[in-house]
Amino acid sequence: MNKFLKGLSTGMLAVGLSMAANVQAKTGYVYVSSEKDHVVTVFNADGMDKVTEIKTSERPRAMKLSQDGSLLYVACGDDDAIDVIDLAAMKVKQTIDIGEDPDRFDISPDEKFLYASNEDDGLVTIYSLEADEKVAEIEVGEEPEGVLVSPDNKLVYVTSEVANMVHVIDVETQEIIKDIVVGNRPRRMELTPDLSELWVSNEVGGTITILDTATYQPKAELKFAPKGMRPESISPVGMAMTKDGKYAYVTLGGANHVALVETATHKVLDYILVGKRAWGITLNSDESRLYVTNGKSDDLAVIDTKKMKVIKSVPAGRVPHDVVVDH
Amino acid sequence: MTKSILWMVRLLWVASILAATAVHAADLVPLKLALIEYEDDPRYKDAIIDARYQAQPWGRLDAAVKLAIKESKFTAKAKGFKFELDTHEVETLDELPEKIKALQNEGVEYFLLDLPAEGINLAVESGDGGSTFFNISALDDSLRNQNCDARLIHMAPSRRMLTDALGQYLVSKKWRKVLVLYGDSAADKDYLNALQVSAKKFGLKLIDQRLYKLGNDPRQRYQNNIALLTAKGEYDVIYVVDSKGEFAVDVPYSVVQPRPVVGSAGLVADWWHWAWERNGAPQVNKRFRKKGKRQMTGYDWSAWLAVKVMAEAALRQDQFNPASLRADLLSESFKIDGAKGYPLNFRPWNNQLRQPIFLTSLNRVIDRAPIEGFLHPTNNLDVLGDDVNASQCALRQGR
Repeated sequence: MNKFLKGLSTGMLAVGLSMAANVQAKTGYVYVSSEKDHVVTVFNADGMDKVTEIKTSERPRAMKLSQDGSLLYVACGDDDAIDVIDLAAMKVKQTIDIGEDPDRFDISPDEKFLYASNEDDGLVTIYSLEADEKVAEIEVGEEPEGVLVSPDNKLVYVTSEVANMVHVIDVETQEIIKDIVVGNRPRRMELTPDLSELWVSNEVGGTITILDTATYQPKAELKFAPKGMRPESISPVGMAMTKDGKYAYVTLGGANHVALVETATHKVLDYILVGKRAWGITLNSDESRLYVTNGKSDDLAVIDTKKMKVIKSVPAGRVPHDVVVDH
Repeated sequence: MTKSILWMVRLLWVASILAATAVHAADLVPLKLALIEYEDDPRYKDAIIDARYQAQPWGRLDAAVKLAIKESKFTAKAKGFKFELDTHEVETLDELPEKIKALQNEGVEYFLLDLPAEGINLAVESGDGGSTFFNISALDDSLRNQNCDARLIHMAPSRRMLTDALGQYLVSKKWRKVLVLYGDSAADKDYLNALQVSAKKFGLKLIDQRLYKLGNDPRQRYQNNIALLTAKGEYDVIYVVDSKGEFAVDVPYSVVQPRPVVGSAGLVADWWHWAWERNGAPQVNKRFRKKGKRQMTGYDWSAWLAVKVMAEAALRQDQFNPASLRADLLSESFKIDGAKGYPLNFRPWNNQLRQPIFLTSLNRVIDRAPIEGFLHPTNNLDVLGDDVNASQCALRQGR
């Protein structure tokens, strides 16, 4: 598919893409948001050549692909908006007014609702994608960051970087049903595929808290010690888990490494040096490639997961933040 | 999700609703805080505040304290308590012992002291063993050394931490030959002393130290005229030692030799800045601007973090216990996020908060110390200020 697409002219490429979206085929593209350029840069995963840049609202950070791969949602903090990019046209087709400074967000499994954290206001905004309107605001601890909707569409987890908590919101009542104390400055979350564990990265604490989702009690606390790195520079943020739930990759921020963790044993198996201030992280669909954004060296590292090595590092705009792949 | 997990989630949900109805706002245990201010504090004179000197307070610190209380609401509620703040102003410093004792009798154990060093000494001396005092604005090295106290916790950095930060920067730039201009107040002498220790520590050469005087008296022109003060000598940089900032503000463009000015004007070591873009600082600054109607300073940051430190220590307790709060926040395992990078905690030998220091211009953070390459065997933040062996205070562990 990739090679086939490459041979087409640009005009036909768009047609090809919209067809691809309908049949849910992969475009072979890698998307990177850069905070200071106000663009999403598009790379071809084959060779990592830059395909184009898509202009967005101010300060694009978190991104999410729709399930059919036709739309890319991008939270743009400085314009208080979530942009919806039509990937066939490679253009922003809608700008959702989501309230002050949206940071991370998630979309419900039925794609009816979008939940976004408003970093400046200590709010979670619930937006109906069907009705195209804001339906609720929920007050949470200051500087909410990570947002995760459970796959059964019953709960929304939100981290507050200031309260050092994970809030558990009931989707039906739209109320907080539980505040779970975690480490310092909790950022992002991942659920294991069997949903038994919720992993929470604590940026300042330098750890990952692993919560038992049945009891909300901590099961384990992951610590990191990449060689030659000071404990105070270890600041875990992004996580990506393999589909079989066996392994997790964790970006360590200022410690410039990615850690490979065996989920069953909660053991760190390996570290890979990637670039300065590694945050954003994602795996491609066959899990052969891992992509990491390095915010302070302005590049994107491509890792071969079999060799556990960076095979390519490409410039990715000023302060690259998040990465999403469609291959 | 399997049925059993679903059941448990539902059970927990019901349990938490029951718990939520059990803890009404009225049931929250009050944790009383007293913010102590000095009415005639020279740092808060209107003319000084309005001048917006670098690394000086730009207003009283109550807004910062209130902001931190608001931010800690979720934390406090989860632990079953709430902060209750009262601000008290003394007209003269010698009223302090009586004031502190009266507040203790009312059940206040946590004091936020926005006072000059002399006032801090008076307050701490009159406190009983259960009291905890946060120094939120005094930079004096004496408080961290000969006048240190187990009940006194320093949120503001020491003068030495600031001169060390700038010293590192000058060395990293190879601006080693330094002309010093200093004032003749007691505070300026202490400041000069701190600079001399930093110079020795990092290998700066203080080629000359010249006394300045504020004024226009032609008979004192070799002390009040910046051009005459800076004409002679071969140097890379001018370091202005001015604890008030009033003289320093005129120096940068009045010099004879085109050299950068650092210290109390130009490039200034400060411990917070409204222009810091990383570590969640923009959010803190935005919240402060809303509450305080002005930009946030280092002094505000110290006051803000004092409350945050208490909230964080409480959050890590199994059960809220105000009596062990001081010991908990001073423990080696304690960590707090101050929105300027690094996990922060306290030096066990003098209760000084470890923290990075910014090197700032008026509207920019130029660098953050510890500067890359300056390393410490255990904690890099300890390259700023008195390390355990150099400290004249030996509170607990360490020596």
